[in-house]
Amino acid sequence: MPIGDLAPELTVLLTAVAVLLLAMVLPQRRHGWCAGLAVLGLGLSMALALGQAGAERLTFSGTYALDPGTTWARLAIPGLAILCAGLAPRWLATDRRHGEFYAMLLFSTLGALAMAGAADLMQLVMGVLLSSVTGYVLAAYHRDWEISLEAGMKYFLVGALANAFLVIGVVFVMGIAGSTDYATLSGQIFEDPLALIGLTLVLTGLFFKLGAVPVHTWVPDVAEGAPVPAAAFLTVVPKLAGAVALFRLVHLAPGLAALPLLIALVAAATMTVGNLTAIWQDDLRRLIGWSSVSQTGYALMAVAVVGVAPMALPALLGFMTVYGLANVVAFAVVAELRGRTRIADYRGLLRARPGAVVALTLAFLSLVGIPPLAGFLGKFALFSATLGTGFGWLAVVAVANTVVSLFYYLRVIAPAVFAAPEGPVETLGGLARAVLWISVAILVGATVLWAPFWASLGQGLLP
Amino acid sequence: MLTLAVLIPLLAAAVLALAPVGAGAARWTATGAPALSLLALIAVWAGGGEGFRAVSEVPWIPTLGIAWRVGVDGMSLALALMSALIFVAASAWPMELHHPRSYYAWMAFLAGVSIGLFVTLDLIIFYVFFDLSLVGMYFLIGRWGHGEAQHAALKFFVYTLAGSLLILIGIIVLALNMPEMTFDMRAIIDSPPLAAAGMVPGLIFLAFVVGFGIKTPVFPVHTWLPPAHVNAPGPASAILAGVLLKMGTYGLIRIPMQMMPETFARWALPLAVVGVISILWGSIVAFAQDNLKRRIAYTSVNHMGYTVLGIAVAGSALGSEAARQMALTGAVVEMIAHGLITGALFLVAGAVWQRAGDYHLPNFGGLAGPAPRLTGAATLAAFASLGLPGLAGFVAELHIFLGTFAVYPWLGAIGLLGILITAALFLRMIRQMFFGDMPKERAGFTDLTGTETALLAGLLALVVLIGIWPAWLLELIDAAALIPALGPGG
Repeated sequence: MPIGDLAPELTVLLTAVAVLLLAMVLPQRRHGWCAGLAVLGLGLSMALALGQAGAERLTFSGTYALDPGTTWARLAIPGLAILCAGLAPRWLATDRRHGEFYAMLLFSTLGALAMAGAADLMQLVMGVLLSSVTGYVLAAYHRDWEISLEAGMKYFLVGALANAFLVIGVVFVMGIAGSTDYATLSGQIFEDPLALIGLTLVLTGLFFKLGAVPVHTWVPDVAEGAPVPAAAFLTVVPKLAGAVALFRLVHLAPGLAALPLLIALVAAATMTVGNLTAIWQDDLRRLIGWSSVSQTGYALMAVAVVGVAPMALPALLGFMTVYGLANVVAFAVVAELRGRTRIADYRGLLRARPGAVVALTLAFLSLVGIPPLAGFLGKFALFSATLGTGFGWLAVVAVANTVVSLFYYLRVIAPAVFAAPEGPVETLGGLARAVLWISVAILVGATVLWAPFWASLGQGLLP
Repeated sequence: MLTLAVLIPLLAAAVLALAPVGAGAARWTATGAPALSLLALIAVWAGGGEGFRAVSEVPWIPTLGIAWRVGVDGMSLALALMSALIFVAASAWPMELHHPRSYYAWMAFLAGVSIGLFVTLDLIIFYVFFDLSLVGMYFLIGRWGHGEAQHAALKFFVYTLAGSLLILIGIIVLALNMPEMTFDMRAIIDSPPLAAAGMVPGLIFLAFVVGFGIKTPVFPVHTWLPPAHVNAPGPASAILAGVLLKMGTYGLIRIPMQMMPETFARWALPLAVVGVISILWGSIVAFAQDNLKRRIAYTSVNHMGYTVLGIAVAGSALGSEAARQMALTGAVVEMIAHGLITGALFLVAGAVWQRAGDYHLPNFGGLAGPAPRLTGAATLAAFASLGLPGLAGFVAELHIFLGTFAVYPWLGAIGLLGILITAALFLRMIRQMFFGDMPKERAGFTDLTGTETALLAGLLALVVLIGIWPAWLLELIDAAALIPALGPGG
């Protein structure tokens, strides 16, 4: 077995174990060191992934694909996880199980990596389950706070259902096609209605990871209830991994006309439901959660044109990455403001905390897609990918939704900027503030980094 | 050179946003930056040349054909010059403000963005500046406006973002239909894609017309304009009317007319009808307004209606080429003239607000006594706006209607009614404000200060100059080069 092929994943695994051991021996007040170790491990994993960039082969008996999609996931997923981990030390400083949080985060990252690279349905199930199980724990990490418990519980209930669908779907597909291997499945199985049902069930499992309709209901609850670093992580990292996995799966059945249509309908429904619900929120974290649902809808546009538009894969990866950055910035602002979450409490905040308001504005404008912020480039890539195909109408739906989304983002920004200040504002400071500004810098820099990203990313995936 | 003209104001904005400078220094920074841009643009103008000049290009995303491309032809150079001038005047306009540093930072930012929009030759950069102008104006109106400012700002942003996204879709489809994907305006103008008849070109044309129509604005998508104007601070209104509205009509010429001429010709008549409706609707509704700023705002709808009519005639592929050129010349001159005149009128309105805190016309009267300079400036600007011969508005409207009568005589005849109504409404406004009895609460109304007088005089001097000696401007615009040659049967 070419064990070196999985060096980035194994690094994350070993770091997770090391963090767990370290958390056992360290006194609680030193648990911040675990964050340092986790960040080191994730950084090392990224470096190893960079060393393997350019590989185009299947490995581990064809269960794992090393290709442009995996390469990018191996860079983006640990990168975003580092930012989320950086938010945690101050946030969880008084938590008795502070150190273990990072172990959980790393295991969840590992699950996401496994999901993104999976070239075999069994491997996919393993990745999804690992990512989900750790996700439930992360969501409910504030176990003395009932909203956090509720978030974990809802995440778990929806997740259990969706994962059951996923496993049943895999059984169906395997029963009909006789294999779970993508290389074998590629382009030859889906005439049979039973296999089609199986495929739809598998898709449902991935829709859950992505937070797409109809299994999106966990997103706002997790965004509201999970510890803010975990909320940032869970609304970003599993989605990116799920998007790559979904892309691979749809890629397997290029001749199936119903599949892109199904994805397109889900995309339209997801963006619309997310946006229309976000308008009515009074809680910033829930609003970000619903906006994150709608962003999933945009991302699915790229999945609907798999195989038709050559730019679909870079568009999907680029969009999900800049979405992830903007979402992390938004949650970092909430963390920096010590979880301040009622929209009414943001009135007049510009005077008291100009930095936080500017960062939040940049994040939201990027999510709307106002140029030259990177969010615009993401949406531009999605529009370019869809407009050349029969799914041009999706771009029109996305445009209508974007206009709606501007409205609710401004519902937060406008009072924060225009109103008079009220009351004192506490901040978290320290590492959380540093991470906030690092994320903002990356988000702003992404505009310039987009061109090399675009040029370097291959368009194809392995089967 | 053009890149400098864009970057200087943007840098000034960054400096103002970060460095703790005083109100006076901020004001002079925000005035100096567009003044330097103006000098750079004048240098380009002095350099002369044909077609697109002062071109330079820096790659951004080469694989998608996106690059920082700048270059101007006569039309865009004239518009950029006018924009820089309006920004100098609006930034230098004396204001009493809270948070002056941020205000002037946004002003400088908007100056860079607006000049950038007119000088870029890349559709994506064009779109970037188009959207950024919305962001800048949103914060200017929302933060420094009065009355229902936040609501007006929100309406402005949401409305115009909807338009700009339609434009984005159109731009992408244009680029995708090029032999090789590119957003270079010159390449697309030279070999217009989507020449065939059919649904897709029609829909894309519709997207452009609605998108630019919202920004222009034309009836029936103009409803964001009056609240935005009424609640914005005076100089911001001047910029909104003088510069931002021109982005709509400039885009209409640059993109649908030059890049899809066949489709444009097919749909020119409906567009001309929309223009005429805007002319009439704008003037009639303006006549009914009792609020000074609302009245001026609706005359913008009216004047932009003339421009749209001129553009539609120019792209109609009917009548003689001379007539179409005439109409297009008129449309571009109208943009310049309206920028200068309405910019001046809104600055006058700003001066009135600073002194009285009121826009309700019946509450005014007899101001000619205490404020002769204000009266003079307002009267001159109003006469120019209603198209008095010898002033800039007349030159523009004469060209537009001469062209229109050769192509769509009936529409021209109906459109002329608009001029009559506009004349009536401005004369009534001047009578209400400056003559008759002065209400008691207007006692102590002061005249324009020296700075204010100088700024208005500068703008109005150009209005007079264009009115009596338009040749230099017409030569600069060179409308003949703007009208695309149509293939047979177009």
